[in-house]
Amino acid sequence: MSQPAAPARAALPRSVLRAMSPAALRRRASGAPLVLSLVAAAVAVVVCCPLVFVVMQAGQSGWDSVRRLLGRPLVTTLLWHTLELTVTVTAATLLIGFCAAFLTQRTDIPGRRVFTVLLAMPLAVPEFVHGYCWVSLFPSVQGFRGAVLVMTTSLYPLVFLPVAATLRRSDAATEEVARSLGHSRWRVLWRVTLPQTRPALAGGALLVSLYLLGEYGAFAMVRYTTFATAIYTQFETSFDTVSASVLALVLIVLAVLVTGAEAGAGRRRGRGVRVVREGAAARPADPLALGRGRIPALLGLAAVVGTTLGVPVYALGYWLAKGNSSTLPSASIWTATATTAGYALVTAAVATAAAVPVALLAWRHPGHASEGIVRLAYLTRALPGIAVALAVVFFAIRYAQPWYQQPPMLVAGYVVLFFPLALTAVRASLAHVPHGVEDVARSLGRRRLAVLGRVTLPLIAPGLAASFAMVALTASTELTATLLLHPTGTETLATRFWSYTTGLAYGAAAPYAAMMTVLSVPAVILLTRRTLGPARSLKEEA
Amino acid sequence: MVAVGAALTSVVLAACGSGSSKPVAAGRSAGGSLAGQSITLYSGQHEQTVQALVKAFEAKTGVKVNVRSGDEAELANQILTEGKASPADAFFAENPPALTTLEEKGLLAKVDASTLSAVPAADSSAGGDWLGVSARSAVFAYNTSAVQTSQLPTSVQDLAGAAWKGKLGIAPSETDFTPIVTRMIKAVGADATKTWLQGLKANGKVYDSNEDLISAINKGEVAGGVVDHYYWYRMRDEVGAGAVHSALASFAAGDPGSMVDVSGIGILSSSKHQAAAQALLAYLVSQPGQQIIATSQSYEYPLLPGVTAAKLDKPLSAAGPLVPATDLGDGKQALDLLQSVGLLS
Repeated sequence: MSQPAAPARAALPRSVLRAMSPAALRRRASGAPLVLSLVAAAVAVVVCCPLVFVVMQAGQSGWDSVRRLLGRPLVTTLLWHTLELTVTVTAATLLIGFCAAFLTQRTDIPGRRVFTVLLAMPLAVPEFVHGYCWVSLFPSVQGFRGAVLVMTTSLYPLVFLPVAATLRRSDAATEEVARSLGHSRWRVLWRVTLPQTRPALAGGALLVSLYLLGEYGAFAMVRYTTFATAIYTQFETSFDTVSASVLALVLIVLAVLVTGAEAGAGRRRGRGVRVVREGAAARPADPLALGRGRIPALLGLAAVVGTTLGVPVYALGYWLAKGNSSTLPSASIWTATATTAGYALVTAAVATAAAVPVALLAWRHPGHASEGIVRLAYLTRALPGIAVALAVVFFAIRYAQPWYQQPPMLVAGYVVLFFPLALTAVRASLAHVPHGVEDVARSLGRRRLAVLGRVTLPLIAPGLAASFAMVALTASTELTATLLLHPTGTETLATRFWSYTTGLAYGAAAPYAAMMTVLSVPAVILLTRRTLGPARSLKEEA
Repeated sequence: MVAVGAALTSVVLAACGSGSSKPVAAGRSAGGSLAGQSITLYSGQHEQTVQALVKAFEAKTGVKVNVRSGDEAELANQILTEGKASPADAFFAENPPALTTLEEKGLLAKVDASTLSAVPAADSSAGGDWLGVSARSAVFAYNTSAVQTSQLPTSVQDLAGAAWKGKLGIAPSETDFTPIVTRMIKAVGADATKTWLQGLKANGKVYDSNEDLISAINKGEVAGGVVDHYYWYRMRDEVGAGAVHSALASFAAGDPGSMVDVSGIGILSSSKHQAAAQALLAYLVSQPGQQIIATSQSYEYPLLPGVTAAKLDKPLSAAGPLVPATDLGDGKQALDLLQSVGLLS
């Protein structure tokens, strides 16, 4: 196999080797990292608009009113609800995500490929549709248990996919050595395999917890109040952006704690991963024979798929078949679909493009400044959509008036909302690129931009595709920001779904929910293939 | 890469094409005719009825109305955030407090006196800043197998009693709920209202919306709750008459729970199309406009004397006293109480 001494060289694709040709040696590198820093900072400024808005608004209320607001009886309950839910669901998604990834990537369980796609598929169903499906079939799904159930079933793929990708890419040799030294299967799993996946677990947990902090629709469906739903109520009942912003600050503080914890896990991960050779040097594992454990494992996976995918599919089918009269005007589902798809694709392209400079800066120049930008960007994810949307309204009407309520503004709002998803995907793929690659290419005389276009970007192409799919998927189901930012007269699938469910027309809402799901399926398949792709291509190359 | 770019561009164009209908330049019609003008209406009202009203208005006047439908509270927040630069010309709300909030911030223009005089004075803002268009009544909805008619509450105050423990549903975050609390404060004072709310909280299961609540009552998840009458009628349309297991009852006359409140519309003072917006308001309270409301599936009461709601079981006069909008104010005191007992955050 590969020599440990030359892992970077083994990882060089043809484009890099071409860059090493004598013809490429002529030019010296030029350009300044200043440009990159400026672009990244500009992106960060735009993405942080909602934070600025919330802090500005909250700043308008005096200390006294802040104290009174946070001293209300419901606030302690909300804080407890939010924390309890975040901890429980994050733990549940980590457990399910890891087990499912391990079974499908490292064992000889039958139907591994099909299971991998099916296990990722709940991502295609938006959280509030998950909620609607559960609640419409089982009215008893509500409160804390309902929230845990709905959120776990819709969010565990955020852990499953990165862990599966890591398991597939990482080198099996370490585990084999550990086993040959007489360690038991469980001990190897605990001491070797689990530490390998720690970065993926930490990244997934971060996304899951941030989702939970900001989620509204699904909690409204299962009637569970958290800070995010309370902030909504504050906006809706008292038209009070100031108090709502004070509450939103609490969410931001929670998000700071969560991202801090993830960064802590990242620091620790350095030790665990040192022995792991990633990238092209890795050799795929021989599947672990499950033996008698096969049947229970199969049943387990089938149960997960049945719960997380079976319920929404059945519920949507039920409502589609039952579809009744509606007291709302009928709208063209095709127009809404085209509009939704258009916005989702454009947003995905813009958000991915915006994530590249920020991710590159953090990768090439790790330090307080670049880390700060990355973490600031993540905080927005914890804000409820309405706070983000009002922030975009606030800044757009002052500084971009002609674009207000025009398509670019909706795209801008989406990019702000989904930037962390893009950033996560791009950063994850950069983590697999050996640091020396760019330097080698540049020392061979390539300009920075050429290095970026011909070396770096091709290397992280899977990450770019994952980012694109992830953002397109989420944007096509966005609801709350869309309601405020969409051009007057335009409808997306989510806004139609919302109109119908608030009008009690479950039957009429079902086709829109089904279409949102169908539209998301290609993105999930792309995501699954891209996430799991590299190992396959390695085998082909080998 | 180029192909992807081209595909994206075409998708963008498609998306834009369906979205941006450029408003026709206003002020062209100095001669007095409004035809060809275009106004933007932010509407928190029932979508289908608004569409029917707007269509009839467009056909009559030639004014184009761009309707932005949404939740009344979200739209009110949007207007507050937009301030003077708001693209909205008029705001159609479900309940007075949303309009009163905009009125207090000085964002509304005066409604033409002739339009205001079409409906009873108490239906509109006392200052003439917005116009009442239709009305809804608060009722007690109950599951017919869980509640006998003899057990029906006569007063909304009864609902805090032991008889309703674990049987009551409430939707305190709905903008329809605050007017009842405001009326209780008027009737029994703030302290007694707080005690009453604590009783409701102890007895009740909290729902996020009236739609959820009426559906829960119909399914028997809870025995009963206070909602606006039309939620029950719309629910009946959705599930079909055969699946209705609930009915409506009124509180006794004079009870704070027995009340009618209005849905209204205001014109933004920042609107550059005042005349066209005024024409829309005048149309809404005209005979044909009110007739559309009377026969619509929003199941609201028309306000113009002489037009009656054809599809409702009770006439407006029997639905309870109309609460003047000034009595409801912006609802802040009621919200404070709801927050202090922990029904709202």
